[in-house]
Order: sequence, then structure tokens, then C-alpha cells
Amino acid sequence: MTIHTFKPDLPPPTISIGALGWLRANLFSSWINTLLTLVGLYLLWLIVPPVLEWAIFKADWTGETRADCSREGACWVFIQTRFGQFMYGFYPTELRWRVDAAAWLAIIGAAPLFLRQMPHKLRYGLGYLLVYPLLAYWLLHGGFFGLQTVPTSQWGGLMLTVVIAAVGIAGALPLGILLALGRRSDMPAIRVLCVTFIEFWRGVPLITVLFMSSVMLPLFLPEGMNLDKLLRAMLMVVFFEAAYIAEVVRGGLQAIPKGQYEAAAAMGLGYWRSTLLVILPQALKLVIPGIVNTFIALFKDTSLVIIIGLFDFLNSIKRATADPAWLGMSTEGYVFAALVYWMFCFGMSRYSMRLERKLDTGHKR
Amino acid sequence: MRSIARGTVPRRSPFTDPRIRAWVFQVLAVLAVVAFGWYLFHNTQTNLAHRGITSGFGFLNNAAGFGISQHLIDYSESDTYGRVFWVGLLNTLLVSVIGIVLATIMGFILGVGRLSSNWLIRQLATLYIEIFRNIPPLLLIFFVYFAVISPLPGPRNSLSLWDVVFVNNRGVQMPAPSAVDGFWAFWLALLVALVAVVVLNRWARARRHATGRMFPVFWTSLGLFLAIPWLMTFIAGAPFTWEVPELQRFNIRGGWVVIPELVSIVVALSVYTAAFIGETVRSGIQSVSHGQTEAAASLGLRPGQVLRLVIVPQALRVIVPPLTSQYLNLAKNSSLAAAIGYPDMVSLFAGTVLNQTGQAIETMAITMSVYLAISISISLLMNWYNKRIALIER
Amino acid sequence: MIRVKSTLAVLGAASLLGISGLVQAGATLDAVQKKGFVQCGISDGLPGFSFADAKGNYQGIDVDVCRAVAAAVFGDAGKVKYSPLTAKERFTALQSGEVDVLSRNTTWTSSRDAAMGLNFTGVTYYDGQGFLVNKELGVGSAKELDGATVCIQAGTTTELNLSDYFRSNSLKYTPITYDTSDESAKSLESGRCDVLTSDQSQLYAQRIKLANPDQYVVLPEVISKEPLGPAVRQGDEEWFDIVRWSLFAMLNAEELGITSANVEDMAKSTKNPDVARLLGAEGEYGKDLKLPKDWAVQIVKQVGNYGEIFDRNVGAGSELKIERGLNALWNNGGLQYAPPVR
Repeated sequence: MTIHTFKPDLPPPTISIGALGWLRANLFSSWINTLLTLVGLYLLWLIVPPVLEWAIFKADWTGETRADCSREGACWVFIQTRFGQFMYGFYPTELRWRVDAAAWLAIIGAAPLFLRQMPHKLRYGLGYLLVYPLLAYWLLHGGFFGLQTVPTSQWGGLMLTVVIAAVGIAGALPLGILLALGRRSDMPAIRVLCVTFIEFWRGVPLITVLFMSSVMLPLFLPEGMNLDKLLRAMLMVVFFEAAYIAEVVRGGLQAIPKGQYEAAAAMGLGYWRSTLLVILPQALKLVIPGIVNTFIALFKDTSLVIIIGLFDFLNSIKRATADPAWLGMSTEGYVFAALVYWMFCFGMSRYSMRLERKLDTGHKR
Repeated sequence: MRSIARGTVPRRSPFTDPRIRAWVFQVLAVLAVVAFGWYLFHNTQTNLAHRGITSGFGFLNNAAGFGISQHLIDYSESDTYGRVFWVGLLNTLLVSVIGIVLATIMGFILGVGRLSSNWLIRQLATLYIEIFRNIPPLLLIFFVYFAVISPLPGPRNSLSLWDVVFVNNRGVQMPAPSAVDGFWAFWLALLVALVAVVVLNRWARARRHATGRMFPVFWTSLGLFLAIPWLMTFIAGAPFTWEVPELQRFNIRGGWVVIPELVSIVVALSVYTAAFIGETVRSGIQSVSHGQTEAAASLGLRPGQVLRLVIVPQALRVIVPPLTSQYLNLAKNSSLAAAIGYPDMVSLFAGTVLNQTGQAIETMAITMSVYLAISISISLLMNWYNKRIALIER
Repeated sequence: MIRVKSTLAVLGAASLLGISGLVQAGATLDAVQKKGFVQCGISDGLPGFSFADAKGNYQGIDVDVCRAVAAAVFGDAGKVKYSPLTAKERFTALQSGEVDVLSRNTTWTSSRDAAMGLNFTGVTYYDGQGFLVNKELGVGSAKELDGATVCIQAGTTTELNLSDYFRSNSLKYTPITYDTSDESAKSLESGRCDVLTSDQSQLYAQRIKLANPDQYVVLPEVISKEPLGPAVRQGDEEWFDIVRWSLFAMLNAEELGITSANVEDMAKSTKNPDVARLLGAEGEYGKDLKLPKDWAVQIVKQVGNYGEIFDRNVGAGSELKIERGLNALWNNGGLQYAPPVR
């Protein structure tokens, strides 16, 4: 009779759960992965400690002048002393409350739109879109109802950047939708006009267009008629971004199944009503990410007005770094600028992702 | 809209007949645009005439009379504005081409990194993309130019590699080959190498189709390209001498100089565009179903081969259209060079020439048509490529 | 339809912002009087000529020319609005009517006068192009600059003079062209270029903006003639005369010893017929120019005579400390000479 002998136990399987297991699966699964991990760690070690040291631990946070900077790390004093100029440009100091008021009004006024349980949201939103621009114009530019005029040449800093971006967005969206509809129109003449418009603006760099607005546009206008430099720049931004929006919206329009058009027609709706009530709501919902991406691009593009000498946020920082009293602060200035632009753009991109999830009614299966 | 029109009951009244309305509408629109155009044209004519401004393209034949810091073709101050145009155009193309190549390489690395099985690499790639996508390219250009390159030491204290390559705040100076007698032999060698590579490629593809066996085409080609000219040099003697940069009174002279403006714009634009290309590549790769990877792996392909032979060719079909628009953006963003004084089309032609001649309309029209032409060419090229790689369905 | 809409949008937006003003063709003076201020194109930051102080008030010779015009037209030197312009924008801004006067250290040349639709009204400052270098380089003369890297401002006459000078002396150079004077100054400081070239007055102005001004010297060579002056649009002689004579009034005032301090007394009690004619005590010379009788009094009282302006902005009374040199009056060995009021 044979005696059944147990074979020795196999070693336990390698850990696949817990911290060690995670490390093994995600960082050290093969020799090439291990190598990559080590290279990555080395990169981090190369970048992170010096950056932290420069930006935080060895930085100077308090002081008044350049002499207060030890220059071992970043000198944030520079940003602090110039902060007002970065935010408002040359807007008169005693009138800066008007900019603040406009900003707060924008935030408070828009807040109800983000509440889920808000009655008459659409009506309120439309009203807001009609009333707020006038109010903001009154506050920022003044000139009537007892507010002193602040000419646009004194606008500057982050405020100007936001104004250009906001006007750009508000103007480019409707114009872009119209262009997109025009491009999909049945009328050949309209189609050709829209395609020409869109392709022209998409084919040239914004900076040449801005140049054109600053050196050429005045020659096109009747003698003596003048548009404000800022207004001209904003117009160009609107046209430029509208062309991009148009292409995004066209994508949405193409994605609407033909049945929707036919159903709308069967209901007896005319072109405008079927477009406004049936097609656009669905199409726009589909392309929200694309639209927001265009807005992000627009926000970044506002920095180009520096080329025509407007004092936007980036330009006010650039000018400040040229101040002899604060030489050698380029890094601090541009890092601060990058941080601010980044916050705006990243914020918008996150919001669009949320919106996309919220509005997802399950068309994409 | 036609479907809507067909759906509605046709009515007799000419005011409500959709076809007549469409015609009227179109005629009105065209008239309005023509009138608007004529209005602008008329204003411009009056303005130019009234203010005594010269017009026409005759200025292109006048001597320019100013210097340019970087020109790829021969240029001297006595050359014409017409030649300045070509200098500017070539400088713009140089930035665009180098930028596109660098951005594509970096973007593919980032896109693959985003999907790496290695957690750390994935996070690093994501971090990179999220940072650089959300910063204006102009800011990046300023940052590189004013905060990275400006603080470098001057030419007298340059950082040097073996006293041959110099890096300072006036750019990178490196030795340049200059041809001597017998340089044709070198060209011949290059030509031979090129022919050899083409033949090898054909042969390798035919063999792969016939037997399924792979041949290391890339490495062999590289070897051929290096070996044949080297061999020729060995036999016929060096066909060129190296011109080594030397420190003179003000500058390091001689050799090739890469000016810091070019470095800034290329670095900034490729870093920026790479973030977008990375995302494009990621979504392209993700669009290829996972079954493909598994099938390829079960055929015994190594991970690198899976990526190169199975995933990327299929992903390219999704990647190419958005990639095209990134290329277009990069080409258009190259105009930002004007902000740091790189002599590109915008700063040279729409800037200096416009100012010296005062002919805003002509110079701007030329500049814009050039960019339109560049945009259209890139679109056509990429469409052609897209068609070539498109799935041929039977 | 979209084009129409956008046009309407343009017009609508323009009228909404209330910034567009319809001005009658040709009659700049009427338009200026109607809107109540002189729109003046100035430089975007050049100490001594036009720059904004910390509060955003503009100062400088170029600014004072505009103030003089406003004083002549309105009797109030404060009725000026300034448009800071880059070198690139300046001519179009004037051509298109965006500004009424371009007073932006602009060199008077034949092509600008004839082909660009401008008219220069006079010379506020006789200048010449020079070089600013770092002392460290040990350069004593521009002739030693062979092989140097030179920073210039784009679209200026300096760009052309520079290449002429180096070519005629068979010297080699590398030009680096920037849009603004700030950038070129910064590049000189960081060592991107060895030399900064510009009008000498600008070099002095830019030198004081550097962190360490004593480290830099202006070389002795002056390689060009740069008569700087205000310009107006072609085709409006009336306005041309006003701007021209506002400048001449300041020069004549200095020549006749009229200053901002004594101008009112002189206007009342002068026996000198030249002074009496200039200050409106005798004759109707203001009326000929379509200006009030006391136009010159207002200019001198509120802005000063030419000597005072020079002194205050660029001369001994300023940080720049530039000598009068060519800009002394003709009877002091300079070139400044104004035709008489008669």
C-alpha cells in the first residue's frame, strides 16, 4: 500500500492587494516599468524640491521694496505691491470699487442660475443677460447717471482680460450659432457667404487680425468715424471665435438625426421655430464640451491684445517686470500670471465636464 | 430645411411660398454683402486719395535698407522688400515645421504615457497636460524668453561643451560644416544611401507580406544612412571642414547660431501644442477596442510591437483630423514670434515693412493671404494623408 | 444676412459705447471744438518726451505740444486726451483720424511727408541717432562696433540709418528688433545685445530707466539727422497752421523773454510791438488762425515757453540733463527759429 505523502506547500501567491500589491502592479510590474518609475521619481526629485523651495520655503512674503527681498527664493513682495495694477490697470484708484461692484454683481446675479430648484430659470437668465451688460457698462465706463467717465484707455489688468473674454463669449456664441445654421442652410448664397466667413477667420492668426483692427480698420471706415481701440479689438475677437464656435455647433447639428427635423416639420413648425425649439436645444447640448473648449481658447487668446498695446493682465505684468525698481522679477511675474490663467481655464474645463455629465440624457450609448 | 419645406403645404401666395422667399432672401443677403464690401472699398479709396497715401504693390521692388537677425536665404540691406517677404515666410515656415515635429513626438509620448500601465508615469503625463493646456502660449513664450534664456550668461562667460558648442543668452552656437572640393562625393553617398534605404524598405515589405517575417527596417536604414557617407569620407577624404565658433570681441562668431528668439518660440509652442496632441493621441488609442490589444498579444507580439503595428495604425484614423487642427493652430501661433522680436512673417512684413512703407492695406493683405495659404496647404496635406491611411472597406 | 447683422452689431455696439463720433471731413478744428478736447497720439513711455507718472498723468515735451494746442484752441491746456501709440500704429492712427495730432518723437522725412499722407508742422527737437553701450565693453567709438549685436525698435528710421552707417563703414552687425523701447532696453540690460541704438535723446531717457545707469555710456557719434516734430493729416491747412503756430508761439515767447510767470504782465503793459502782436494786444493775429485773441498768452501761461518746456522735461531741470545744443535758439547758436507773428 502506497503511503500518500503530501507535497510541500507552494509558496503563497504574490500579494495582489494592499499597498505592496498596488505598488507591484502599478509601478514595478516589469523591469521596463521599474525603470520608468525610477526615471519618473528622479524627474520629480529634480523638479519638485527646488520649485517648492523657491516658491514657498525660501520665498519672501512681506516687505515694501525690492530691498526686502533676500533673492534666495521667489520674491512675492513684487506681486503684492503691484497687485492693484495687475487687477485694475490704470483704473483710477478711488473708482476701483466700481470694478469690484461689477464683478460682485456678476457673481451674485449669476448665482441663482446654478441653483437646481429655481423657478423661471430661463426667464431670469434671459433677463440677466439683457440687464447685466448695461449695468456693467454703466459701472465700468460710467458717463451717465452720476458716474464719472473712465475711458477705456484706462482699463487694464485682469479686469480688461475678463471684459474682453466676457464680451467675446457673449458675442461669439450667438454669431457662431447663426453662422453654423447658415452653413447648413439650403440656400446656396447664404451657405457660400457663411463658409467664406468661417474659413477666412479660421485660416488667419488672431494676431494679424488684431493688427488689422489697429492699423487698417480705421482706413475702411468713413472719414472721421472712429471706433474705440478696445471695441475694435473686441469685435475682432468676437468674429474670430465665432468662426470656431460655428464649426463646433455645426458638428452638433450634423449629429441630430434627420427624424428630428422631419418630426418638427410634421408638427407644422416653420424653420425658425423648429430650429429654436427642437434642433438647437439638442445640438447645443451635444457640443457643450466643444463650446467650453473654445471659450477656454478665447480666454487664453485675450492675452494677444498685448500685440496692439492694450493693457491686459499679461501686459500689465510684462510692463511691471520692466520697471527698473523691480528688475529680475520676470520669473515671479510670469509664474503668477500662469497661475491666474490656469485657475480660470482649469476651472472652466472642470465645470464643462460636470455640465456634460449632468446634461447627459443617455444619447451616447 | 428642404425637408421642412417639403413638409409644409405649398401655398399659392408669393409672399409665403418658401422657394420665392428663399430667393428673395438670398438676393437681399448677397446685395447687402456686396453693398457693405463696396462701402468699405469706397471708404478706403476716398481715405487713401484724400490723405495722399500711396497704394499699389510697387514698393515690393524698392530696397529695404534694414538688417534682419536671421535669414535662411542670402539677404543684405540692399535687397528689396520682396526678398524680405521670402525671408519672413521662410522663418515662419521654419518655426512651424520644427514646432510640428517636436510637438508630435512629445505629444505621442504624452498620449502613450497617459495610458501607461505605470501609475506614476500616468500621473506625470496627466499633470503635464493639465498644466500646459491651460496657460496661454504667449505667456509660455515670454516665460522661456525672459525668465529662462535672458538670465543665461553672456557670450564671454558662455557655458560650453568641449569648447565647441556654446550656450549663452545669445543662443546656441555650434560648429558648422563648410564644403570644400569633393563635396559632391558626399552628396553622392547620401543619394546612394537613400536609394539603398528605399530598396530595402520595398524588399522588407514584400518579404513580410510573403512570409510574415519582420525585418528591423528602422535600425538598418539608420545604419545605412550613417555608414555609406562615413565610408565615402573614409575613401575620398573629408569633404568639408568644421567651422568652429570662436569668441570675438562682442560675440561668438562662426558656425551655426540658433538665436534665442527661435529657441523660445519653438520650445514654447511645442510644449503647449504637445499637451493637446497628447490628449488627441490618448483618445485615439482609446478608440481602438481592447480586443485588438489582446488579439495582438495572443499572436505573440511584444508590447512595443502591439503599439507600433496594431494600435497606432488604427488609432491614426481617429487621431489625424484633430491632429490637423492642432498643426494649423501651431502654424498660426507661430505668428506670436512677433512679440519677442523673432523675424517672422508678421513681425517682419506686417511690422517693419508696413511701417517703413506706410502701406498697411497691401502688407496686411499679403500677410493674411500667406497664412491662409499655409492653413490650406496643411489641410490638404493632412486630408491626403488621412485618405491614404483610411480604412479601405470592401 | 449674417454680415448685415454683424454690421448692425458693430454700429449698435459703437453707439452703445458712445465712443464713435462722426466728424466732418476736413474740418479738424470744428470737430475738435465740438468734442471739446484734442486727441493726441503720444509715445507709450519715454521719459522726457511722453510718459505716465504713477498716477497716470502724462508729462514730457511731446505731451506739452499737445497741451499747447489745447491751450490755444480752448484756453485750457487740460483739454487733451492721449492715445499711447506704438511705433507701428502711429501713422495709421493719424491717417485714420483716430488722433488729431501725432506728437510722438517722430522723425520728419520726405517719404513720411509725401507718401504717407502726413504733414509735419515743425521741429520740437533736433535729434540725431546715437549708440548706448555697456562700459564694460570698453568701446570708445561706434567705429569699434564691428561684429556687435544691436538692439533697435522696429519700424523706425533708426533701423535704416543703422544699416546705412554700418554698411558705409563696412562693419558687420546683427540687428535684434523689438516692438517697444522697453523691450530693447531690457535686452541691453540682460546682455542680449551689446549696443542699443536710437535717437540720442531717447538713449538718455532710456538710460535713466536702467537699473544701473552709470554702467552705460552714450557714444560720441551721431550718425543721422533726426528732426522730431508733431504731424497732422494732409488736407486740412487750417488745423496744420494751428499746430504749427502753437509751436512757433512757444519759440517766439522764449526769444522775446516771455515766460509763464511774466506773460500776463507783459500782455498788459508791453511796449515791444513784437510781444504785443504775439500776445494779442495788437492786431487780430489770433483770428487769422481761427483762434481766440489771447491764444499765445494761454499757451505760455499754462504750458510755458519753449525754453521752460525743454528745461522742465529734458534739460537741466529734469533727470535727463540734456544740453540745449542744437535746440538752443538761433541767436544762441542753435537751430530753433520761429517765423515772426506779423
